[in-house]
Amino acid sequence: MKHLIDIKDLSTEEIDELINVAKDIMDNRQKYAKKCEGKKLATLFYEPSTRTRLSFEAAMMELGGNVLGFSSANSSSAAKGESVADTVRVIGGYADIIAMRHPKEGAPLVAAMKSEVPIINAGDGGHNHPTQTLTDLLTIQCEKHRLSNLTIGICGDLKFGRTVHSLITAMSRYANIKFVLISPEELQIPDYVKTDILEKNHIEYVETNDIEEYMQDLDILYMTRVQKERFFNEDDYIRLKDYYILNKEKLENAKEDLCIMHPLPRVNEISVDVDDDKRACYFKQAKYGKFIRMALILKLLNFEK
Amino acid sequence: MNIDSIKNGYVIDHIEAGKSFEIYNYLKLGELDTSVAIIKNAKSNKTGKKDIIKIDENLDINLDILGYLDPKITVNKIKDGKIVEKFHPELPEKLVNVVKCKNPRCITSIEQELPHICELTDREHAVYRCKYCEEQVNR
Ligand SMILES: [Zn+2]
Repeated sequence: MKHLIDIKDLSTEEIDELINVAKDIMDNRQKYAKKCEGKKLATLFYEPSTRTRLSFEAAMMELGGNVLGFSSANSSSAAKGESVADTVRVIGGYADIIAMRHPKEGAPLVAAMKSEVPIINAGDGGHNHPTQTLTDLLTIQCEKHRLSNLTIGICGDLKFGRTVHSLITAMSRYANIKFVLISPEELQIPDYVKTDILEKNHIEYVETNDIEEYMQDLDILYMTRVQKERFFNEDDYIRLKDYYILNKEKLENAKEDLCIMHPLPRVNEISVDVDDDKRACYFKQAKYGKFIRMALILKLLNFEK
Repeated sequence: MNIDSIKNGYVIDHIEAGKSFEIYNYLKLGELDTSVAIIKNAKSNKTGKKDIIKIDENLDINLDILGYLDPKITVNKIKDGKIVEKFHPELPEKLVNVVKCKNPRCITSIEQELPHICELTDREHAVYRCKYCEEQVNR
């Protein structure tokens, strides 16, 4: 493996290995503190995503490496019309590894096709966001101690939400996974996800628009926000953004060991009164994100050795 | 050129009536300096009408794209005046600069110099997807 563009680029064994390295990092911080000494990570963010960028930068710093980069298109060469392929060939001369976020789908793949250094896709529009999926998998593994035998509720924007499609794809590899897909009709999961992923892998799933209907069955409840930038029509966004708000009351029938996740940032979809509940895992999830990115940087930088 | 007697070339048969010129363009036959004949609205037992394209003195044309354009087409390969091969072109695994991705969120929408690459992801249903954004492309 040289780049990480799509979670499908990784075999199940490679994912397991990344999870194991991330867990080892959490237990032995000192052991990894100088692993990337003298190495540089470039964060090329053509659209702002502060928390993803900081997560990558913190990951590299904790490995003893340095970071450079830009955080929006108008402060970069893209504003002058340089192509992605040219930019990564130039930056590849300054940095050892690149994390790229781009509003256009496929941009990191274009970069990977030309780059001399490893490219990590840090999100390309509504398309892929593999390090979010790895974060989710590490969270599930750490909180539930397994990646199989789980009933996973996913709630919110299942139509445009890239994290949702990647998570479904990734979890479909494991045994005895069931999905409860909770969304308003307008934001239901696209047909190709049902046919190409769920049905192809014989995964059991139900669709509902009622967040409480299957609450008692869930091992994981993955909440998502409705993203304004995915809508071409302001009215649709306003109508759908507060469709689901998870609060204490709705969790009444939930299992004691439910794990509530959210890729963050949240807007209104999880009420702050849930934050103190021991089942709320979303802030821990953000922390796991840094550790899995550390494991990934290590893996990609050691590729050619 | 006597359109009935091709010595070394191809007869592309059973083209949907009216589509021959489109295929002529996709195959870039206008760039050849050998003889090319288009026959429009020929009688067909199966469909009533069909188009035919005949290409002489050239056996090097890449016809893979025909499988994508219309799988019902039949190709006759002719050598020394005889049909040596008759086949339906298969769907190519990859199409480069044949169809454009129309997804406005795709990187190809802002970087015009990128090659438009589509890959066959479902042979049974002849589904091609953009290599970059994975949107299904339509002709
Ligand atoms: Zn595309």
